[in-house]
Amino acid sequence: MMIYPCDPVFFISLALMAICALWAVMATDLLKSAIALALTSVCLSLTMFLLSSPLAAVFELSVCAGLITVIFISAISMIKPEGNDRKEDLVFRKNRRLKKYLPLPFLLVVVGIMLRMIQIDMPALPVADALPVSLSEVMWDERRVDLAGQAIIILVGVFGVVVLFKEYMKQKECEK
Amino acid sequence: MESTSIFWFVASFAILLFVTGIYSLLVTRNLLRILIGVEILAKGVTLLLVSAGYLTGRVNAIQPVIITMIVVEAVIIAVAAGIVIAAYRQNGTVNTNEMCNLKG
Repeated sequence: MMIYPCDPVFFISLALMAICALWAVMATDLLKSAIALALTSVCLSLTMFLLSSPLAAVFELSVCAGLITVIFISAISMIKPEGNDRKEDLVFRKNRRLKKYLPLPFLLVVVGIMLRMIQIDMPALPVADALPVSLSEVMWDERRVDLAGQAIIILVGVFGVVVLFKEYMKQKECEK
Repeated sequence: MESTSIFWFVASFAILLFVTGIYSLLVTRNLLRILIGVEILAKGVTLLLVSAGYLTGRVNAIQPVIITMIVVEAVIIAVAAGIVIAAYRQNGTVNTNEMCNLKG
C-alpha cells in the first residue's frame, strides 16, 4: 500500500502521537501521563500498520500500550499516597510544572518549522533486491541469535524483578 | 521519490518525539517521569526504524528488529520500575534531589 504524507489518516495519527507524547510529559498527574503514553503507543501502532509493518504494530499495541502501561500504573499505585494532597499543594505543583514545561511546546513548534524549511537533498537509499523472504523466514532463520538474546533478556528481567521483590519480603520479615 | 519524502516526513515526527523525551529527561526529577521520557525516546527510534524499512522496501527484515527492540524496552521498564519501587521503599521519595543517602 502506498502512503502519501498528505494522507489524512496518516497525518492525523502522527500528529496525535506527537500531541499525546507532549501530554505524557506535561501532565501533572502521573496516572494521566501513563495513559497518555499508552495513547502514544496506540497512535504509533496505527502508523506502523499504515507503513506495512503489521506484526510490529501488533507487538507495539500489546506490549507497549498494554504491558508497559500496566507496569507503570501498578508502580504509580505502589508509590502514590492516596488522598493526602492538599489543594494548595496541588495548585502550587501545577503552576511549578507549567513553568518548567512551558518552553517545550514552543521548542517543538520551532523545531518543526525548521525541519519543514530544511531542503534535504537526500538521495534515495538503494532499494534492496526484492528478496522472496517471508517474515517468518527472517525471524526464525536469519535472526535466530536475536531470538536467543530476547529469551535471555526476558529471563534476566524476570530474575531482576523476583530478586527485587524477594529483598522487600525479607525486609518485611525482619521488621516483624 | 515519494518514499523518500514520506521517510523525511516521518523522521521529522521522530525528531519531535526525541526533543520531547530529551527535554523531559533534562527537566524532571521524578524517577517515574524519567522512565516515561526514556519510553518516548524509544518510540522515536521505533518510528524511525519503521520508516527506514518502508523506504528501503525491506519491511520484512525490519520487523524482527523492531520486535527485539520492543522486548528489550519492556524488560528495561519492568526492571527499572522495580528499582524505582525499591528506592521509594528505602527513601520514601522518588525525587532524585531528595535521595541523598549516598552523598559523601
